[in-house]
Amino acid sequence: MSASILFDTPGPRARRRILIINIIGALIALGVVAWIFFGLAGKGQMKPEQWDDFVQASTWKNYLWPGLVNTLKAAILGIVGSVIFGLVFGVGRLSQNKLINGLCTVVVEFFRAVPVLLMIVFFNVFFARSLELPGDTALWAVVAALIFYNGSVVAELVRSGVHNLPKGQREAGIAIGLTRGMSLRHIEIPQALVAMLPALIGQFVVILKDSALGYIISFNELLFFARTYSSPNGNVLQALIVTAVIFILINFTLSKIAELVSKRLSSRVKKSKNAPAELVGAPAGALAAGGADNADEGPNDPRA
Amino acid sequence: MENYLSIFTEYNIPGAFWVNIQLTFWAAIGALVLGTILALLRISPVASFQAIGSGYVNLVRNTPLTIIILFAVLALYGQLGFTLGGDFQANFFRLSVLGLAVYHAAFVCEAIRSGVNTVPLGQAEAARAIGLGFMPAARLIILPQAFRGAIVPLGNTLIALIKNSTVAAVGSVATESSSVMKSMIEFRADIVIPIFLTFAIGFVIIVIPVGLLTTWLSKKLAVAR
Repeated sequence: MSASILFDTPGPRARRRILIINIIGALIALGVVAWIFFGLAGKGQMKPEQWDDFVQASTWKNYLWPGLVNTLKAAILGIVGSVIFGLVFGVGRLSQNKLINGLCTVVVEFFRAVPVLLMIVFFNVFFARSLELPGDTALWAVVAALIFYNGSVVAELVRSGVHNLPKGQREAGIAIGLTRGMSLRHIEIPQALVAMLPALIGQFVVILKDSALGYIISFNELLFFARTYSSPNGNVLQALIVTAVIFILINFTLSKIAELVSKRLSSRVKKSKNAPAELVGAPAGALAAGGADNADEGPNDPRA
Repeated sequence: MENYLSIFTEYNIPGAFWVNIQLTFWAAIGALVLGTILALLRISPVASFQAIGSGYVNLVRNTPLTIIILFAVLALYGQLGFTLGGDFQANFFRLSVLGLAVYHAAFVCEAIRSGVNTVPLGQAEAARAIGLGFMPAARLIILPQAFRGAIVPLGNTLIALIKNSTVAAVGSVATESSSVMKSMIEFRADIVIPIFLTFAIGFVIIVIPVGLLTTWLSKKLAVAR
């Protein structure tokens, strides 16, 4: 946010006032940080031995690293599965066949409305009782829930991506003699995939965050390991902070990549004619990047 | 069939959903207030305020909700002895609401900011031209239009909040629906799928009207330009 347009270029008096408020704001922020720090220290939470654990190689080797590996395993399987699920059902929702279309709509709308946690709990019991799965049942339960929810969101991204393409693309495809399906496969979906890339990467952040829900079914992921390791040592607070920092670092990197991709794309794609030229607040690029921010829903919600 | 129907007498399923609705209600109010303040900070001309706002959003948005609620219950309460009053259960409920509100405030902030992006530049210029300062312009001109432009993302955040209220299970709120369902399917292995579908459809019934209402409101309240 370099130049917000909400206010005029400040004059000397306003600049002085802004400077003063700026300093006050910085002091408040520092004050809050200091308050938290000394509050924790006052409660005896800043002792070196409580934090020592998390810089020792053995903690990482035995707890945090295996946990992180499991978290990433669940997330990566979830991402791959969601993209496949999303492509299949997204294309299904674009189908001319009323039956396929209706079926895909029901599946996508259903799984978008059901909490991921509910699915995780269900699949965990269901897989354990009815299916013989190799390896950890909890992992498959988490992955299945992630795929069904996030795959449905990706399906909506695919659908809205195709819908947002200029109409001429399909018309041109049909004009050169392609069928509706061929034009979809060869012309529209490749473009839609590129356009939805930032939102898709944003969805990866959601997948990674939701993998932590596996904690509740005792899936051996990062949060679970951090909790079980720290409980007997009495430094759960410290363990949760360390875990949160790990998640934030990975997710922040992913978000930044999404932003970069979005910027590169918006400079590549010509500005559409009906886009409003000037808006209050951030420049238009930020609006596009903000798309991935909308909670757990895709930016182009079908209900929009 | 009788076997299935017996779960409705054995367990208080509507009561479980009611707990989720209560969690959502209080967390939504908290998130809306905190999110609006954060949005104001992020659009203010003061660099340090912007940094506070964007710092909060970037930290909270990238943290799993599970960790935030677990932090409220295990770290704030368990390790630091921080309580929000009431008895044991009420305390866990309130701590979970706190966690939900803190998490979703970041998304409310971004939703309002995207609403601010829908306000044409001329509105801010006109506000300045009639002599309004930053706060009066924000309060009288920008925010009312921004809220109306932000209804769809706010509605999406509300839907996410309804679904995420199940994560209060991590916060030891044992009466909400995912915890109730968990104990149900562990005891009634014969009807695991019907039990799941009952709860899932319950959420569909709550979530879809919210989505429809959002669409209707966003059309009805759209600023004619």
